[in-house]
Amino acid sequence: MARRLAPEVNAGSMADIAFLLLIFFLVSTTIETDYGISRRLPPLPEEIKPDAFVKEKNLFRVELNQVNELFVEKKPLRLEQLKAAAIAFLDNGGGVATEYCGYCKGTRDPKSSDNPNKAIISLINSRETNYEAYIAVQNELISAYNELRNREAVRIYGVSFTEMKAQLKDVNHSGDKTKLRERIKEIQSMYPEKLSEAEPVTAEL
Amino acid sequence: MSIFKKKPKTELPAISTASLPDIVFMLLFFFMVATVMRNDTLIVKNELPYADQIEKLERKNMVIHIYAGKPSSRYKNVGTEAKIQLNDKFASIHEVRSFVLEEIKSKPEELRPFLTTAIKVDKDTKMGLVGDVKKELRAVHMLKINYITKRGQASNNLQ
Repeated sequence: MARRLAPEVNAGSMADIAFLLLIFFLVSTTIETDYGISRRLPPLPEEIKPDAFVKEKNLFRVELNQVNELFVEKKPLRLEQLKAAAIAFLDNGGGVATEYCGYCKGTRDPKSSDNPNKAIISLINSRETNYEAYIAVQNELISAYNELRNREAVRIYGVSFTEMKAQLKDVNHSGDKTKLRERIKEIQSMYPEKLSEAEPVTAEL
Repeated sequence: MSIFKKKPKTELPAISTASLPDIVFMLLFFFMVATVMRNDTLIVKNELPYADQIEKLERKNMVIHIYAGKPSSRYKNVGTEAKIQLNDKFASIHEVRSFVLEEIKSKPEELRPFLTTAIKVDKDTKMGLVGDVKKELRAVHMLKINYITKRGQASNNLQ
């Protein structure tokens, strides 16, 4: 007896079903962006202990006015120059004796910051400043910190700081995480992020 | 010769569409993997600024979302001033505090110290509004925040 072939199943409507599902997913989902700049806000003013005296030279004033113009130490500056200016300030290491910074590679200008531990970046913005300009400035300042931290991490441990942080978050990382965490803390303490944000000023006319 | 013999039937066979479902399924799986379910319907314009010093927000259940921006084109009747959106509706600045406390309460006890607030603000918003939101967050001790941005050069922002 000849073998009977099974009749072919008509799969023409399968595509329709798949399209239906596809369109459902297209409309009900979004491509989520969960990347962003992480910051820590300071607690409310009444809970902060009265701040210790900060020397003028240890303060780096970054100001964004109501028409999104950038001023650094009262002088106008382009956004592309901000990172270099911030690095020069943080890495200056102008201090002597107890405030001497052994790992700083700056110009050691006595008029600029003593030590990365003392250096404070103060960011002031107007209420009228655009959010995107603010984010751009924040991004540049953080990238200045990251660049310095990367440099020191490569020098001491041979791995960049951003890579160490990625390894710490990586679930499949095989290395010793407690050691890694200590190293990250160490690098962070060499260049602590001291970024103070004043209350936004209202536009002065 | 037999190869030159004319075939008796000239009708073309039907084109097989059997692989069409496979292609569509491939697209479907791509979308299923690359996207997440929408949990808030955006009613504000939400074009994010660019930044490159960014970190990934981990653990979806530890994030509280706050949106802000100008009302999107469908909600022109509420005005053109930038507004805050909490849970699918417009909110005033005073409601942020209770909203955040409510959200904290809805999370399991052990996660509460690790909660992060994701601030999704449209790039054309004025900093005054963002500053107000930050002040409210400070008042309720939600100090960990994340400014959600797009991945890109920060210099793209000021053009």
